[in-house]
Amino acid sequence: MSVGDYIRGSQIWKSIFRHPAPVDRRNRVVVMLTNFFLHLHPVSIKQQGIALSYTWCMGGITFFLFLVETITGVLLMFYYRPTLEFAFNDILALRDVTTLGIMREVHRWSAHAMVITVWLHMYRVFLTGSYKPPREFNWVIGVLLLVLTLLLSFTGYLLPWDQLAIWAITVGSNMARATPFLGYEGPGAQLLNIGGYDLITNGSDARFLLLGSRFVGEATLNRFYILHCVAIPLVVSLLIAIHFWRVRKDGGISQPL
Amino acid sequence: MTHLTHNPDLTSSVIYGLGWVYLLMFLMNAYWTRRSYALDGNCRLSLGGILGKGEQIPVAAFWAVYAGMLLMIAITHLTGWKNPQQFSLQMPEFLKEPINRASNPVAFFIGSTTIYVLMIVLRKWWTTPTAGWILLNLSILFLALSVTDYDFRQIVGKPDNVPIVAMLYIVGFFTWLYFKKSVDNDERKAAGRPLFEQENNEKVLTWPDLVYSELICMVLVTAVLIAWGIVLQAPLEEPASAAKTPNPSKAPWYFLGLQEMLVYFDPWMAGVVLPSVILVGLMAVPYIDFNKAGNGYYTFNERKFAVSTFLFGFLPLWVAMIVLGTFLRGPNWNFFSPYEFWDVHKLELLNNINLSELFWIKGLGRPLPVVPPGATFAQQAPIILLREWLGLVGVAFYLVVLPNIMAATVFKKFYVKMGFLRYMVLANLMLMMMSLPIKMVLRWAVNLKYIVAIPEWFFNI
Repeated sequence: MSVGDYIRGSQIWKSIFRHPAPVDRRNRVVVMLTNFFLHLHPVSIKQQGIALSYTWCMGGITFFLFLVETITGVLLMFYYRPTLEFAFNDILALRDVTTLGIMREVHRWSAHAMVITVWLHMYRVFLTGSYKPPREFNWVIGVLLLVLTLLLSFTGYLLPWDQLAIWAITVGSNMARATPFLGYEGPGAQLLNIGGYDLITNGSDARFLLLGSRFVGEATLNRFYILHCVAIPLVVSLLIAIHFWRVRKDGGISQPL
Repeated sequence: MTHLTHNPDLTSSVIYGLGWVYLLMFLMNAYWTRRSYALDGNCRLSLGGILGKGEQIPVAAFWAVYAGMLLMIAITHLTGWKNPQQFSLQMPEFLKEPINRASNPVAFFIGSTTIYVLMIVLRKWWTTPTAGWILLNLSILFLALSVTDYDFRQIVGKPDNVPIVAMLYIVGFFTWLYFKKSVDNDERKAAGRPLFEQENNEKVLTWPDLVYSELICMVLVTAVLIAWGIVLQAPLEEPASAAKTPNPSKAPWYFLGLQEMLVYFDPWMAGVVLPSVILVGLMAVPYIDFNKAGNGYYTFNERKFAVSTFLFGFLPLWVAMIVLGTFLRGPNWNFFSPYEFWDVHKLELLNNINLSELFWIKGLGRPLPVVPPGATFAQQAPIILLREWLGLVGVAFYLVVLPNIMAATVFKKFYVKMGFLRYMVLANLMLMMMSLPIKMVLRWAVNLKYIVAIPEWFFNI
C-alpha cells in the first residue's frame, strides 16, 4: 500500500473528505455537494455560463480581488496604526524596511483593479441583458456593491496620510457640503432653521458626518479606518452572499429560466 | 527627504520599459505573421510599376517586416536604456504640434463622441480580426511614441494613473469583443441560424470544467498582482499638511469624471444630484427596459436603444471624462494638451455669463434686478424669481414639458408600451444624462455659466 493510499484511507482524512477523489462522474457530483467552498456552485452548469468569451470572468475576478484585499488588508492592519502620529510613518516603513511590505502594493493595485473589474462585470451583465427578468433585483444589489466598492476604495485612499491622501479626500468630501438641504452650502439648507438658528452648519452637516470634523483631520482618519476595515466590508460580505445566492436561485448568471 | 520627491524622472525606466513593450509587440506580431501566412493569401506588389507587372507576395510579408523592425527597436531599447537620450523612435514634432494645438475640451468631447458613433455605425468593419489587430497595434504605438515626450510620461507614468491606461485597453478590448459577438449573432438571426450561445450549450459538470478555470484564473490574477506590485511602487507623497494645498488637487481617479463635471455644474449638481441620478438610474434599468429580447446572448440589433444609451453613458461620459480629468487637467483645473508642460501660471480667460445676464443686460439693455442686502427670504424671493424667470421656465420646460412632447413624438412607442410612470422615469433619466453634454455645448457656444443663477440660495444650475 502506498503512502498516499494509507493517508487517504486514514480516519482523519475520511473525516474531512467524505468521499473518494473526484475522478469519476459520481464523485465529481458528490464533491460539489459536500464541500463547503464548492457548494456555492451548482453540480452541473450550462456551457455558456462558464465560457470565458461570454462571461469575461469579471465577476469572479472581482470576488477574488475582494478576498485578496481582505487577506492583505488584515496583514496590513497588524502593522499600521491609524493615528496622526504613526499613520504616515508606518506606511513609509512598509515601503522601505518592512518584510513583506509589498502587501501594501498588492493591496493598492488590487483595489484599483477591483474598481475596474466591477465596471467590466456590470458592462458584461448589461451587454448580455442578464439583468432582465428574473434577475432584476440582483442587478440592484450589484449596483449597491458597486457603490460600496467605490466607498471602500475612497475610504482606503486616506489611510497613508500623505498629501495625495488628504487632498483627494478633501476634494471628494467637499461635495458633501453642497448636499441639498443637508450640506451647509447646499440649496435649501437655509430653510432648515428654528427661530433664526440654522440647523445645518459646518459643524452639523453631511460633510461633518462624513469627516467627523470640519476638515480632514484625526477624527476623519479614525472614521475612515473603521469604515474601511470593518463597517463597509461587513456590509459588502452580506451583499456578496445575497448576490451569489440569488444567482443560484435565479437559475444561473444569464438567460431566461 | 529626497526619497519622497513625488515626481521622479521616469526617463531611463521608460526607455527600458519600452524595450519590453516593443519586444512584446514583436512576439505578438510574429504570431500574427504566422497566422496571416496561413489565412491571408497573396497580394500583388508592383510598387507603382517599378517591379513591372509586380510580384505575388504573401500578405504576411508586410507583417514580417513590421515585426522585424519592432524586434530591432526592442533590442536597442533594452541595451541602451542607460543613455537618457536613447529613444530609438520619438513622437515626431510634426505630429505633436497639431495634436497639441487641436486639443481642448471641445475637441476632446467631440472626438470621443465621434468615436462612439463610428464604433456603432462601422461595427461590421472594425470587429474583423485584422482590423482589430491593426487598431491594437496603432494604439500601442501611439502610446509608446507618446511616452517619449517628457511631459506626457510624467503624467501618465504616475503609479496611480497606470491602471487607467490598462483600463482603456481592457475596456476597448471588451467593447470590440461585444460588437464582434453581436455582429455574429445578428447575422445568424438574419440567416435564420441558431445563436452562438444556443449552440454548444450542453450541461457540463462543474468539477472539473468550472472549478479548474477558477483555479487557473486565481493563479494568473495573483501572479499579475505580485508582478505589478514589484514593478510599480505604490505612491507615497510628502506627509499630509493642511497648510500646503497641491495644485491641482484631484479626487481619486475613478471620481475624476465627476470632478470634471464641476467645470459645468455646481457641486450640488456634479457631486450630489448627478451621481445619485446615475446610481438610481442604474438600479432602475431592469425595470424600465421592457424589451424581452437579448436576454442571455450578445446582440446589438435587437437592443439598439438600450445598448446605445448605456454605451454613451459609459464610454464618452464616464471613461473618457476620467481620461480628461486625469491626464489633461492640470493646475487650476486648466486644460493641458497631452504633450504640454503643466504650467501653474497658465492663464485661461473665463468670461462666462449667466442666462439672466444675457437676458436682462444683453437682451433688454437693463441692469439685473438687485436683491437688497440683508433682505429676508420673503423679500428676496420675488426679486430672484423675476431675475431668473427665463432659466427657471427653461429648466421646468426641460424636465416637465419636454418628456410629454417626446412621449407624443419620438418616444411614442415607448410611452405606449411602458405606461406613464415608467416612461417618465426613463425620460427624466435620459434628460439628466443629456444635461451634461447640453451644458458643455452651451458653455462652448455662448460661454454660458448658469442657466439658473441663485447664489443667494446656493441654487445654480
